[in-house]
Amino acid sequence: MKNDLYTTATATWTDVCPLESIVPDTGVCARVHGRHVAVFRIGQNQLYAIDNVDPKSGSSVLARGLVGSVGARVVVASPLYKNHFDLATGECLEAPEQSVQVYAARTEGGRVLIALQ
Amino acid sequence: MKIIVVGHGMVGHKFLEELHHLQLPRLNVTVLCEEPRAAYDRVHLSEFFSGKTAEDLSLVAPGFFEESGFTLRLASRAVAIERRQNTVTTADGEVLSYDKLVLATGSIPFVPSVPGRNRAHCFVYRTIDDLEAMRACGAKSKTGVVVGGGLLGLECAKALRDLGLETHVVEFAPRLMAVQVDDGGGKVLRGKIEALGVHVHTGRNTVEITDGAGARHRMVFADGTWLETDMIVFSAGIRPQDALARQSALALGPRGGVAVDNHCRSADHHIYAIGECASWNEQLFGLVAPGYEMARVAARHLAGQTDAAFEGADMSSKLKLMGVDVASIGDAQGLTPRSRCFQYVDELKQVYKKIVVNESGSRLLGAVLVGNADEFGTLLQMARGGIALPDDPEFLILPSSDGKAQPGLGVDTLPDTAQICSCNNVTKSQICAAVSDGASTIAEMKACTKAGASCGGCVPLVTQVMKAEMAKRGMAVNNHVCEHFVYSRQEIYHLVRVGNIKTFDELLTRHGQGLGCDICKPVAASVLASVWNEFVLTPQLAKLQDSNDYFLGNLQKDGSYSVVPRMPGGEVTPDGLIAVGQVAKKYGLYTKVTGGARVDMFGARLEQLPLIWEELIAAGFESGHAYGKSLRTVKSCVGSAWCRYGVDDSVGLAVELEHRYKGLRAPHKIKFGVSGCTRECAEAQGKDVGVIATGKGWNLYVCGNGGMKPRHAELLASDLSKPELVALIDRFLMFYVRTADRLQRTSTWRENLEGGLDYLKGVLLNDALGLNAELEQQMQAVVDSYQCEWRSAVTDPAVRQRFKSFVNSERPDEHIVFVQERGQIRPARSDERRTDPSLAA
Repeated sequence: MKNDLYTTATATWTDVCPLESIVPDTGVCARVHGRHVAVFRIGQNQLYAIDNVDPKSGSSVLARGLVGSVGARVVVASPLYKNHFDLATGECLEAPEQSVQVYAARTEGGRVLIALQ
Repeated sequence: MKIIVVGHGMVGHKFLEELHHLQLPRLNVTVLCEEPRAAYDRVHLSEFFSGKTAEDLSLVAPGFFEESGFTLRLASRAVAIERRQNTVTTADGEVLSYDKLVLATGSIPFVPSVPGRNRAHCFVYRTIDDLEAMRACGAKSKTGVVVGGGLLGLECAKALRDLGLETHVVEFAPRLMAVQVDDGGGKVLRGKIEALGVHVHTGRNTVEITDGAGARHRMVFADGTWLETDMIVFSAGIRPQDALARQSALALGPRGGVAVDNHCRSADHHIYAIGECASWNEQLFGLVAPGYEMARVAARHLAGQTDAAFEGADMSSKLKLMGVDVASIGDAQGLTPRSRCFQYVDELKQVYKKIVVNESGSRLLGAVLVGNADEFGTLLQMARGGIALPDDPEFLILPSSDGKAQPGLGVDTLPDTAQICSCNNVTKSQICAAVSDGASTIAEMKACTKAGASCGGCVPLVTQVMKAEMAKRGMAVNNHVCEHFVYSRQEIYHLVRVGNIKTFDELLTRHGQGLGCDICKPVAASVLASVWNEFVLTPQLAKLQDSNDYFLGNLQKDGSYSVVPRMPGGEVTPDGLIAVGQVAKKYGLYTKVTGGARVDMFGARLEQLPLIWEELIAAGFESGHAYGKSLRTVKSCVGSAWCRYGVDDSVGLAVELEHRYKGLRAPHKIKFGVSGCTRECAEAQGKDVGVIATGKGWNLYVCGNGGMKPRHAELLASDLSKPELVALIDRFLMFYVRTADRLQRTSTWRENLEGGLDYLKGVLLNDALGLNAELEQQMQAVVDSYQCEWRSAVTDPAVRQRFKSFVNSERPDEHIVFVQERGQIRPARSDERRTDPSLAA
């Protein structure tokens, strides 16, 4: 998947794992430059990346939440308090002040790449 | 205003509730209660013998007296009223003054003046004290006789039968329930009661009770025949308790009882009388609904609402006597001049139905229903509301043929003022208002309106009205699981089963929309597991599992997991305990003994889980499913193996049951308890499934709960052999799995089950739905396909490699930080992390 928005000159892509390490419709957590990043694979090829730390609990757990849709939005539900995060924007649906960062994610040659900016 | 209330029964307490509700200023209320316990539900008194305790039957909401400021004096009997001084004297000699006095003294049981009636082991059936005495005597008796075949007498016969006695009913009149039903109904009722093993003797006039030859008593009848029995309970009707009125020369009604006016005032306007002790318009009312109405009237009138008036009450009633529906509406006997009747008798199914209509057949005057009272709600509304009858009224009681619906009464045609619950005077408009305030289940409706909370007879009608109103509001009785499926959990279960659906993707493609979510995915995962019982972490199923099921452990607040190995029945060997201790020590885990009688180990990181499980498996343990909506534990006492009181091997049975049902995925977690005797040390009656040894087998209790909303379990069946017990639990659990909503424990499921316990008994004991063989078969399939999920996970490399904190790093998660407390670890609080950076892992 190639997305022009993310392929800017300043982007530094980090290779975190092979695509098949992520079971479709689940997430994993990757360390990217000291940050905990939750990487989700929706269907076969669609990738999303957000902070793994749940602002409400301060625990590094969001990758372990269930993914799904709320209307047209693709979301993950925190496994601790079940608050939902929009995977495309990082917005917390129940409490927008507890939203998280989103990161760029793409595949290349069967590998998953993440960029922090 | 100083108010004294004499009597704290159902009506007395209703008066207090009404009074409190009116929030009058400067009120000083004292209640004198003769019994040693506060008001309880006398309507359901016989349930005392089927497992309910005095506390279960209590009508007093927690904190009621604290909140209202009313004073309740228990075991305090009023012996005299001094009307000129406005005072009441108690048995202790205390003199209390009043501005207004309310008599709610109820009734006393009528005991026919038969010589020998005061012998030991002769009882009346009125109070919990009476019942306790009956229970003590019943334990030392083989046979019991109830004198009186009326409503209360049959309730009482049920009680004797529940005590395990050979039970007889002796009735003076030529038929049972002579007041409520006619000869035809009485005949069907008798057949049904006799089929339950109760001996019925009608037209018997007892003339003497003497010593028996083969039992304690011999009852001699006027026709010269006799009957021997170990205990006798008189339940031959009630008389108003009007002793205080007689003592103080208050005017009485022609059949006794304090004569009252439309405001429930006696001849002395400082004194009110309500309930069974009051005589209004020369009538006495022995039902709770008119008593409640009088309580409301008296409270309002006291509060200055001078238009509050009692307008009489019809004595329509619907009861379940020993599982037999009996209903009587209005002019059941057809006494109205020129009235006509329609009758339907089915001697095979033992159903009797009769309606009484006016001369032209345009209005319903009365009805009798025995054996099946499904039409009660409709007929009652027709009789009450004077709604015009359909052209062929006989179809109201004829069974429908060709699937044609009976000419019912759509709830929409009911006026807003229609009284739906007569016990608590709840109208259609109040039920609709509760729906608009958010009530959407029968349990919520009961809690906020009390509709259906007393006798329960109106619950089907309340449900109909509620659902119709919800549909009208576009709430569309929406029990859809979520936005992705326009189906309830029960419907999804059937789609999966009937459609042979094995994956969520297939379910979503065929019956849903969108991607699914954190609501419907676990529902589907649970249903798929209940039906097919495949390993929950296969590539197709893993993505549906909630975090706990996905990692087969319990996620804690800091992102670590807890690990609970199964210890069936709470039994564990010393070597097992040592192994658990060694694992906990090696991985630095916090250990705690759980309420389910096993050991929980906390603080494991994701990547440690497979290693911990491997060591536990090697020591002979398997997964305890503490993470699943599935069977958790079967708690047990040591039972007959060790305990001097135990009558059966409760641990052995607990171990067996835990092994049988471990791994069963359900709408919510399930807990069992097994006690080896009636002392109930395993607290089985607070569990979803409770089993208690009786000496003659096992009693099965179901749908109990501790936790947030404690609920006493109810007796489903008694003295079962082990195979009978297991088959019944199979059916019970599978029926729950099939029909409950998501995250609905058995207790809430039962509260919302239309038809209640009787319906459940019908399905599980009498196979009313013809499902039992299928339910047992399904359970056997689940039992046969059990696997230890930990073992499956650690031995499947594709699954095992998912157990790590980071997909690209072996370093542990630095957010998981522990501090020491009482010699063990616990997660560091945020302030502890900030102030001490050296705590970082």
